[in-house]
Amino acid sequence: MDPRRASSRTVIDPKVRQVGFFTPGAPPDPTQTSTTLTTITSTSPLVSPSGNSVLCPVMIPPPLHFSDSNSKCVVGGGECIAVGSSYNASSPATEFSGSGGECVGKVGASSMPAGGFEIPRKLIKGNAGVGASSLTTVSMLSGSSNLLEKGGLSIGAQIESSAGLKSLKEKSSKAERRAAQEADRAAKGAAKSLKGTTSKAERPEGKKAPVSAGIAAPGNVKAPKAALQKKVGPSVAATDKRLGDRAPDKDRKKEVPHPRLQFDDESRVEKAKKRAVVKQREARNRVELFRHLPQYEHGTRLPDLESKFFHLDPVHPAVYKVGIRYLAGDISGGNARCIAMLQAFQESIKSYSTPAEKALNRDLTAKINCYVSFLIECRPISISMGNAIKFVKTRIANLPLTLSETEAKATLLSDIDRFINEKIILADQVIVNYAVTKVRDGDVLLTYGSSSAVEMILLHAHELGKHFRVVIVDSRPKLEGRLLLRRLVGKGLNCTYTHINAVSYIMHEVTRVLLGASSVLSNGTVYSRVGTASVAMVAHAFRVPVLVCCEAYKFHERVQLDSICSNELGDPDAISNVYGRDDLNYLKDWANSDNLQLLNLIYDATPSDYVSMIITDYGMIPPTSVPVVVREYRKENLYI
Amino acid sequence: MWWRSASFILDKPDKDDAVSSPESRLITSPPLSMADTLQNPNPNNISAYYQTRAAHHGVVTSDWLAQAQAAAEKEEVTSESSLDSGKAFSVIDEFNNWRKQPDLAEAVAAIRALAKVISSSEATTMMELEIELKTASDSLKAWDTTSISLTAGCDLFMRYVTRTSALEYEDFNSAKSRLLERAEKFGEISYKARRIIAMLSQDFIVDGCTILVHGFSRVVLEVLKAAAESRKLFRVFCTEGRPDRTGLRLSNELAKLDVPVKLLLDSAVAYSMDEIDMVFVGADGVVESGGIINMMGTYQIALVAKSMNKPVYVAAESYKFARLYPLDQKDMVPALRPIDFGVPIPSKVEVETSARDYTPPQYLTLLFTDLGVLTPSVVSDELIQLYL
Repeated sequence: MDPRRASSRTVIDPKVRQVGFFTPGAPPDPTQTSTTLTTITSTSPLVSPSGNSVLCPVMIPPPLHFSDSNSKCVVGGGECIAVGSSYNASSPATEFSGSGGECVGKVGASSMPAGGFEIPRKLIKGNAGVGASSLTTVSMLSGSSNLLEKGGLSIGAQIESSAGLKSLKEKSSKAERRAAQEADRAAKGAAKSLKGTTSKAERPEGKKAPVSAGIAAPGNVKAPKAALQKKVGPSVAATDKRLGDRAPDKDRKKEVPHPRLQFDDESRVEKAKKRAVVKQREARNRVELFRHLPQYEHGTRLPDLESKFFHLDPVHPAVYKVGIRYLAGDISGGNARCIAMLQAFQESIKSYSTPAEKALNRDLTAKINCYVSFLIECRPISISMGNAIKFVKTRIANLPLTLSETEAKATLLSDIDRFINEKIILADQVIVNYAVTKVRDGDVLLTYGSSSAVEMILLHAHELGKHFRVVIVDSRPKLEGRLLLRRLVGKGLNCTYTHINAVSYIMHEVTRVLLGASSVLSNGTVYSRVGTASVAMVAHAFRVPVLVCCEAYKFHERVQLDSICSNELGDPDAISNVYGRDDLNYLKDWANSDNLQLLNLIYDATPSDYVSMIITDYGMIPPTSVPVVVREYRKENLYI
Repeated sequence: MWWRSASFILDKPDKDDAVSSPESRLITSPPLSMADTLQNPNPNNISAYYQTRAAHHGVVTSDWLAQAQAAAEKEEVTSESSLDSGKAFSVIDEFNNWRKQPDLAEAVAAIRALAKVISSSEATTMMELEIELKTASDSLKAWDTTSISLTAGCDLFMRYVTRTSALEYEDFNSAKSRLLERAEKFGEISYKARRIIAMLSQDFIVDGCTILVHGFSRVVLEVLKAAAESRKLFRVFCTEGRPDRTGLRLSNELAKLDVPVKLLLDSAVAYSMDEIDMVFVGADGVVESGGIINMMGTYQIALVAKSMNKPVYVAAESYKFARLYPLDQKDMVPALRPIDFGVPIPSKVEVETSARDYTPPQYLTLLFTDLGVLTPSVVSDELIQLYL
């Protein structure tokens, strides 16, 4: 890609405004735009945007004749990918490449259908212009996601910053857009038959065939989408579909909102709300830095949801029950939530029957998507649940078509059972067996919060007759450690209970720190209950080894550097009140004050430097080896 | 792991040497003797591994060297195959035979002995053979639990030999010969490992550098030898290596090669660290974190080197990669050895007799192994790929 770029600079210099990181030497060439497109499509979508993001100029295209401007606006979409991913490097590139691909599809396709040159050209200009001018506003993070969304969803939708173009867009009124969409759909049908050939002949067509563009260019545009869809897993494919054509099909309405919807993006949140089953009011005083995370007023949702029990036909009762329990906080802890979800899925699969004229693979996936979106509304899913959902979906997608419905259902049920047994229950036992080898007589083990794996380890070591002492460190507002303390003391372990405020005092007598984790990311970062990072850092400062116990199904290939971009917000009331001390009510009406925001984070990220060892079902590994486990066993995880 | 061996580095320069020497080794089998070593030589909880090392590489008295050399030569001369077939085959015997060669690593000896188990087995089914192999390897491991490389070598051999398509052969004899073939290949690779490491590490030794060496490691000696042979100009500082004074032995060997060498007290490491360009150590075992377990004193040298920003290189054959993960110094099977202080020690005084320490990976720069030059974190990756 690079050499080709460098070799062919052309006469027309486009106005290039560079945003973000760029190398000064090599601005991309406008005539090579279709090349850019093909490389984006042909290479992995995860790689190419980041490759592009090194130089992500905003192009204001010079007036050209039709075919050129067509290819350019397509690339506007391509650049849009680059910008998005460079600004939101921490969110998965897949998301953006998905919507970016959609953006390509929209812009390109809308220009095609009318066949006449006059109107489409205006349209294109409008679009490209809109794309460009809004890209200039990208200097803010939220701006970029705004752009993506608008570029993706509506052709030249209302972008405030480009007032002049707004009028242009209004000219191409609703009727026109409707027509464009109709044609788009028709063209896609045609493109499907052509896909085989177009993917090969993509580039020449994009460049040379302006007249036959009515068919060829949608094909051209469709191909990248297909490629994207193929590569990014089912979940992204689903969002892809959602962002795409609004087909009249009813099933489409139940598509999943993206699990990591950016909640500071108002228009998107509005759309998500329209679809939402659970009516929830958002909390008012949210901390600025964490606006992208969902936060609702607690206490309003549960009664509402309960009253709806008999009106929610798309959600299976078992799933519904689990959702309510998530919402109420009855089920917490990664493993418990995951098992509950999988069992609910099992129930729903048991009572599932394929509707007439539908394939089980497709329909059941749609159903699962619908359930997942419901569960996300109740409480954002954890990474472990995401992995489990991915597993279920892969199993459904890989069911042989020859299987009858009952056979397919039986296979799925046993697969899920096996997942629960092998990846969670057996994995825990293996972890326990590894971990007890690290417990010696006379040890003082410190644990934070309440982790099921750590509890099993402590109990097993006690059963083996090892003499050790346990320090349970706890923190407000959940005080989960008390339950653990109760259970351990009940079994006769020698325990000390303290709050996290005293961790630096207690640490000098500790010989091992045992921690649980919600997830381990592939740079070794441990994503766990908030406070874990502080405990690990104090332990590191005292040279106490930190052992993290985590099942391998919770590993994720994502990389996260801070706890801001992906987290969960809890009920702010929980930290404003002190239970049992009604006289301490200084923050009683905090919500009425605009100057006060409360932040109740649920998770934090512990950098791998503070972790000595990760104990998984594949053995005891250093945090640097997490990507190896992810790489070697992802396939096995998905296709046991 | 093994199929990715960096042995290609040997292919061009000394192909015939590498091929011929293992053959000759296989033929010359030392005489069967020393009934006392048949028993576990570990009555007082003293590490057999370190006793052997002391016997092979330590300098106990001044005239010991001459005697040892004379004895070794005599052994070479009188060596002949005297494995009598009438006696029941014992893997420990076989192992001890191999082990007596000073420059044959313990793990390689174990690998050879296990290969012998396969060839002399009278099993008639694959299952039987596997069980026999398993018991042999277990008895070897139990013979000296303090030796990391012995355990790791046995484990790796089992992994390498039994994880093969041989088990799918229908004919038992062809399956057995396939196993044997693999076993011999493994033995050969292990034997060549030292040479590979010596070749790989040549790029790191530059003219005019000063190298600190701790203890007597045959790999490190091989590396330095190769550097000296290629006419590099470098200086070596040897630590004394108390209590078995392995450093004296190394300095003796290096002096023979005309390498300028200087002896240091073990406690003089920090004093001379500013003159040093790199630290070179061997390893008794490489653990899963990427750290090493090595002769006592390595950890403190690595700490001093780290604080002065000097690179610490470890030369270790890949059969020393062990599935261990010590969290701290005491988190290991203790390997004890007697220490002679020259004067009687009052009975109330306690003596730290541990023979080795654990150096965590953050203090190591690179590991030279026969799989290539690795950073510490790659060790775990290789182990995961091999064992899981």
